[in-house]
Amino acid sequence: MIDARIGVIEERLKNVKRIIAVSSGKGGVGKSMVSAAIALTLAKKYKVGLLDLDFYGPSTHLIINANEKPVEKNGILPPIIDKIKFMSIIYFTEENPAPLKGKDIINAIIELLTITIWDELDFLIIDMPPGMGEEVMAIIKFMKNAEFIVVTTPSILSWETVKKLLIFLRENKCNVVGVIENMVMEKSIENEIKKISNYLGKIGFDENVENCIGEPSKLLESKFGKDVEKIAVKI
Amino acid sequence: MHEWALAEAVIKTAIEKAKEHKIKKINEIDLKIGEMQDIEMDIFKFALDELMKEYGMEVKVNITIQKTRLRCNVCNHEWNFDEFELTEEEKEFVHFLPESIFSYARCPKCGSQYFEIIEGRGVWIEAIRGNDD
Ligand SMILES: Nc1ncnc2c1ncn2[C@@H]1O[C@H](COP(=O)(O)OP(=O)(O)OP(=O)(O)O)[C@@H](O)[C@H]1O
Ligand SMILES: [Mg+2]
Ligand SMILES: [Zn+2]
Repeated sequence: MIDARIGVIEERLKNVKRIIAVSSGKGGVGKSMVSAAIALTLAKKYKVGLLDLDFYGPSTHLIINANEKPVEKNGILPPIIDKIKFMSIIYFTEENPAPLKGKDIINAIIELLTITIWDELDFLIIDMPPGMGEEVMAIIKFMKNAEFIVVTTPSILSWETVKKLLIFLRENKCNVVGVIENMVMEKSIENEIKKISNYLGKIGFDENVENCIGEPSKLLESKFGKDVEKIAVKI
Repeated sequence: MHEWALAEAVIKTAIEKAKEHKIKKINEIDLKIGEMQDIEMDIFKFALDELMKEYGMEVKVNITIQKTRLRCNVCNHEWNFDEFELTEEEKEFVHFLPESIFSYARCPKCGSQYFEIIEGRGVWIEAIRGNDD
């Protein structure tokens, strides 16, 4: 028996020029904030999609304030929020927990990739859950040309785990655009990062960033947004 | 109408698999569709027909609907999908993304959300028949 969906994923993504998965071995390092801000920044000049693959903790819909719903037309057309085509599990599970197990996660990802009509995009940014779970494997299997951006904080505890993800991605021949160092105060581990990966840049700790959640234009104008802008040009 | 997206998936996958098995012309496809997907059969068949025309194919598609069976991992109870009492909106969500069932349903015996879909999920190609010339 053959899963009828697998033959169409490539077709759905064939007009997407670059797929960038924003990942980290560690949770809470700012993946969602960074992916949303990168998507918003790139959307000023390019056609951009944002896909939230964090099924346990979807958050990008709050950051970009995604109130509009997808519409059905020969599949599902993602709503356009601040020039970004947006898709997330929240459209199907709303505020409820989504307690998906390993193969359910893979199935849900395949289903979303099968039914979502992205059409033409310069960038599809994916907000990933923390760690090296099924979601990373699904990207490797179903989006062969995807590239990874890896987020860490300057903490040894974060970097120790993020390093493992970087090694895993290298061993499995994945493209890594580079590492973003987020929430930098005085201490930076730039030199440590450069030993094993491309360093995309740092984002300073911005105590006001919380006030920009749900207000995309304010986020782009914030200290956080400005730091992301400098990094986005290197992608 | 994401029936179109699914119909397209069937056609694309069948073409790909036929190529792999050196089938030049597909004559017949056996499809199995999970009950929980709640596919609008009229639209789905219409979409298949239209897409096949587009690809210059003439294929007999045999569709069977498979009952959806679930099993609780906590108390081992097994039950059918139609025992759930889902609202129209929840049914619609499950129609699009079957895994959203885990957000809305519980084991009818012990109330747990830790259950499995044993069978009857998704769209499966069971067989492709054709000739190699
Ligand atoms: N540069 C920064 N300065 C200050 N606060 C930040 C910064 N970056 C992120 N935060 C805050 O850190 C928290 C975690 O951010 P976020 O949710 O983006 O992390 P995450 O890596 O996506 O988490 P998870 O692993 O749970 O998905 C949020 O409250 C966010 O506002
Ligand atoms: Mg997150
Ligand atoms: Zn039970």
